[in-house]
Amino acid sequence: MSTKNWPLWEVFVRSKNGLEHRHCGSLHAADEDMALENARDVYTRRSEGVSIWVVESKHITASNPENNGEMFEPAQDKVYRHPTFYDLPDEVKHM
Amino acid sequence: MKQNLYNYILGIADNSLMLGQRLGELTGHGPSLETDIACTNISLDLFGQVRSYFQYAAKIAGDERTEDDIAMLRKERDYKNVLLVEQPNTNFAYTLGRQFLFDVYHLAFLKELQKSADLTLSAIANKCIKEVSYHERFSSDWVKRLGDGTEESKAKMQEAINDLWTYTDELFHQTEADKAMVEEGIGVDVTKLKEAYYKNVSDLLLESILEVPESKYFQKGGKQGIHTEHLGYLLSDLQYMQRTYPNMEW
Repeated sequence: MSTKNWPLWEVFVRSKNGLEHRHCGSLHAADEDMALENARDVYTRRSEGVSIWVVESKHITASNPENNGEMFEPAQDKVYRHPTFYDLPDEVKHM
Repeated sequence: MKQNLYNYILGIADNSLMLGQRLGELTGHGPSLETDIACTNISLDLFGQVRSYFQYAAKIAGDERTEDDIAMLRKERDYKNVLLVEQPNTNFAYTLGRQFLFDVYHLAFLKELQKSADLTLSAIANKCIKEVSYHERFSSDWVKRLGDGTEESKAKMQEAINDLWTYTDELFHQTEADKAMVEEGIGVDVTKLKEAYYKNVSDLLLESILEVPESKYFQKGGKQGIHTEHLGYLLSDLQYMQRTYPNMEW
């Protein structure tokens, strides 16, 4: 018997009220069709979603945690980039 | 009591009950986490369907029997499921082959049951058909994968189909209750499903690069309560809790 593992896939599910697909986990599958069916069985069996995306994990390019200093820390002291320095007129609601 | 209707419902429900129990045996033992959950989901779908049928049967019986009594406390000879669904999970190819050979029938059967003059039965069929459409898609996909897979998977899938083939003809046999219910417009005339069944199954087997068995020797008896040796063992698992602790609930 072959002991080779099926490739890993990342699963994104959009819930009924959600606007976007959210990453909810990963699974193994031989190809995209099986990945979709497996995702349906593993991640939507309690009616969590109305739409599924699957993508093979190897196609995701991830940032390296070792580079977090140069990647993310420079933004920490730049509070002026948050839109919190405006005076809102009273007439503007729902902001 | 409407004895024919009662027997007719049991005939339908027992198929789902035994198949559900067989798939449930794989919980925690499936070949991979994903297929394990898939088989358990199908099992739960089937048990849900069984509950609808037995609740209705208990209502028709009109005595102290509950859905649980009907499901758990009959003797082997009183179960009327076809032989196909009680066959064991010899390996994954058998599990999926059995599922596929039943699903193609089950789907065609429910499509017809939707037209039943009995409104409860047609409502149950209406609810079940989405679930069973997915079962059929799942099991057909796997037959294709294994048939058109490696040399080893193909050999195992072919062996399973060859062995299970002998139980397919019984799906289209009519019991006395069947005939009476067809007469009243309540039941499905299963003899009319046979031709399309063998065509659909054969088409998928050929697509899966598998051979369609030519054997014309078929087993029968399940619908009359004459089962293969496997059912006794299955029942001892299924009924253990109710037999050991009568009326237990949790």
